[in-house]
Amino acid sequence: MKLSGADIIVKTLIEQGCDVTFGYPGGQILDVYDSLYRFGGEIRHILTAHEQGAAHAADGYARATGRVGVVFATSGPGATNLVTGIATAYLDSVPMVAITGNVMTSQIGYDSFQEIDITGITLPITKHNYFVGSVEELADTIREAFTLALSGRPGPVLVDVPKDIQQAMCEYTPQKAATPMEKVAAKDARIQAAADCINESKRPFIYFGGGVIAGNAAEEMLALADKIDAPMGSSMMGLSAVPTDHPRFLGMQGMHGHYASSVAMHNADCIIALGVRFSDRVIGDKDKFAQETKIIHIDIDGSELSKTVAEDHSLRADLKMTLAKLLPRVNQTSHPDWQADVTAYRQKEAELSDRREGMTPKNVLSLLNGYLQANTPVVTDVGQHQMWSAQYLNFKNSRRFISSGGLGTMGFGIGAAIGASIATGEKTVLVTGDGSFSMTLQELATAVSENIPLVILIFNNGVLGMVRQWQTLFFDKHYASSVLERQTDYVALARAFGAEGERVLDLSGLKAALDKAFDSAGPYLIDCVIDKDEFVLPMLPPGGSVDEMIVKAGDEA
Amino acid sequence: MNRYTVAVLVRNRFGVLNRVTSMFRRRQFNISSLTVSETEVPEFSRITVLFDGAEAQKQQLVSQLYKLPDVCFVRELSPEASVSFELMLIKLEAGADEKNEILATAGEFDAKIVDESEDTIIFQVAADSHELDSCIRLMQKFTILEICRTGCVSLEKGRTTIREMFNQ
Repeated sequence: MKLSGADIIVKTLIEQGCDVTFGYPGGQILDVYDSLYRFGGEIRHILTAHEQGAAHAADGYARATGRVGVVFATSGPGATNLVTGIATAYLDSVPMVAITGNVMTSQIGYDSFQEIDITGITLPITKHNYFVGSVEELADTIREAFTLALSGRPGPVLVDVPKDIQQAMCEYTPQKAATPMEKVAAKDARIQAAADCINESKRPFIYFGGGVIAGNAAEEMLALADKIDAPMGSSMMGLSAVPTDHPRFLGMQGMHGHYASSVAMHNADCIIALGVRFSDRVIGDKDKFAQETKIIHIDIDGSELSKTVAEDHSLRADLKMTLAKLLPRVNQTSHPDWQADVTAYRQKEAELSDRREGMTPKNVLSLLNGYLQANTPVVTDVGQHQMWSAQYLNFKNSRRFISSGGLGTMGFGIGAAIGASIATGEKTVLVTGDGSFSMTLQELATAVSENIPLVILIFNNGVLGMVRQWQTLFFDKHYASSVLERQTDYVALARAFGAEGERVLDLSGLKAALDKAFDSAGPYLIDCVIDKDEFVLPMLPPGGSVDEMIVKAGDEA
Repeated sequence: MNRYTVAVLVRNRFGVLNRVTSMFRRRQFNISSLTVSETEVPEFSRITVLFDGAEAQKQQLVSQLYKLPDVCFVRELSPEASVSFELMLIKLEAGADEKNEILATAGEFDAKIVDESEDTIIFQVAADSHELDSCIRLMQKFTILEICRTGCVSLEKGRTTIREMFNQ
């Protein structure tokens, strides 16, 4: 059948299994919106308040499901407003397809109204992007975009479609949904060499990241950990891949990681790194990191291997398939001395733990833990509240901790939470700070109009807490531009948007508020007041090593 | 620090050179020469990159190239197993008094005269990049007016072709 380019875009999305899209209309994508209107029974569209919110929502949708998140924007400012959202998805390997309109082909290059070179702008933050020059290649381009977004290490792909291509007519034949390119296990010899290394190890440690979630390899990883008697720790992106209370799991690594997890990795004689990238936030000073330790690294992205640290065994391969072949080659063993060390690290961590009463971040989040179901997505923004959430919240199921890791995008939260809730149909929690929330709070409008069952918990300390923490530690308490002299009444704000909310000052008030929030059908905002001088601890100073860890307040003096 | 010659077979698509150079720029690879041209088949172009760095960086460069969907095959070409040439045009002031000496120097590099005026001369020199550097050094005792170089192109010796390796 002959269809317009705009219809082909929407029909191809439907054929690819896309059931919901996010976006914001405008002059150069009106044809597509007309198609979305006419095919509304087959595909849902969520209108956000700002294109950035739409991009984060598509991202949250993708993180919660593993499916491709789709976002639309018009040309010019619509397209540039997507940039932060696309970059966020790129740094965290989230499959996304962004479709932008552009001015007519004949007007490209003339600085036409709302013309922008969005393929040029997004070159460094997409896996690939396309400028569609003819309607004949449109359907296949979108199919290819889906394949690329899902294949190998997932990521965002952008397709820029000029208005005349949306209007041109072309034959369209539906096809099957794209599948990711073929996955391969590492070569047997390489796997055997890694297995030999593990078999010689006395103090093995598994360090894993988001690749375990993307590669669906948690089961194989846990089997490996059991067989070789290894403790495990994760990057922030790896959180929720295994249940937080799993006995072998010591928690997050790195700058604000769990003490036991960081110290155990530091003292291991063999680090088995799975779907993780040794980010500077994890390893600190790379010249002091694990110098005597054997490192085995399995990742689907070859460019991550030996990128940051020197490795002994680098395997570019699918994690799940490679672990399945590695398992029979490692010896069933136990390391009682090593486990005794790990127990001692855990005891030390318990001794260091925050036991204060009242509205401490730990107590607030412990209370929240009681409300989380196995499938409740928890989304965060970026800053202190994010690190506290990563440290203290308990997760049962994979893909239920959703947070901007690589780019660290303040303002990510509410858009992503809307996307995650729509994707899962679950009551969703957004933990945010007053700084982050204020960046994109206009998406409350979207949460209200879509009646999203969303609990918004704002850690309100009146300051940019993480900035303040650094200023306290490293800038002689010069609180430059980090004290928010604002008079924002978040409860009144929630009401202005048509949501409910309340302010809480103590734990009993918080409990009552959480009861109401979790009973509420739509968005419910809790303005939770905490002290401005709470620290995220422990802390590895930037560029530092485990020996320099600040473990409790006052250590820095 | 070593110099590596890397041949990259890419899809002959609009913007592919930009994708490759944009990646080099944002990852701060130290590229001393880069050339691109169409190949024996219209679907492919070939980029030849001269890269200065350590072995680990070269590995990283190759891995990053493979992440670009338009990149089909990457092949490092060793100096022993490949032939490399670069073309240079060099314009010199050549008064009657120095002309013979200039011609003698040019002769050492098989330079070909491609233009002569009353007091200038343009040579075309094809050699590997190091040899061109020496040629320029020797010519510096005369007055060089302009130089233009193409950057290095390189082919593997013998029967092997990059397209064959890609197809396998």
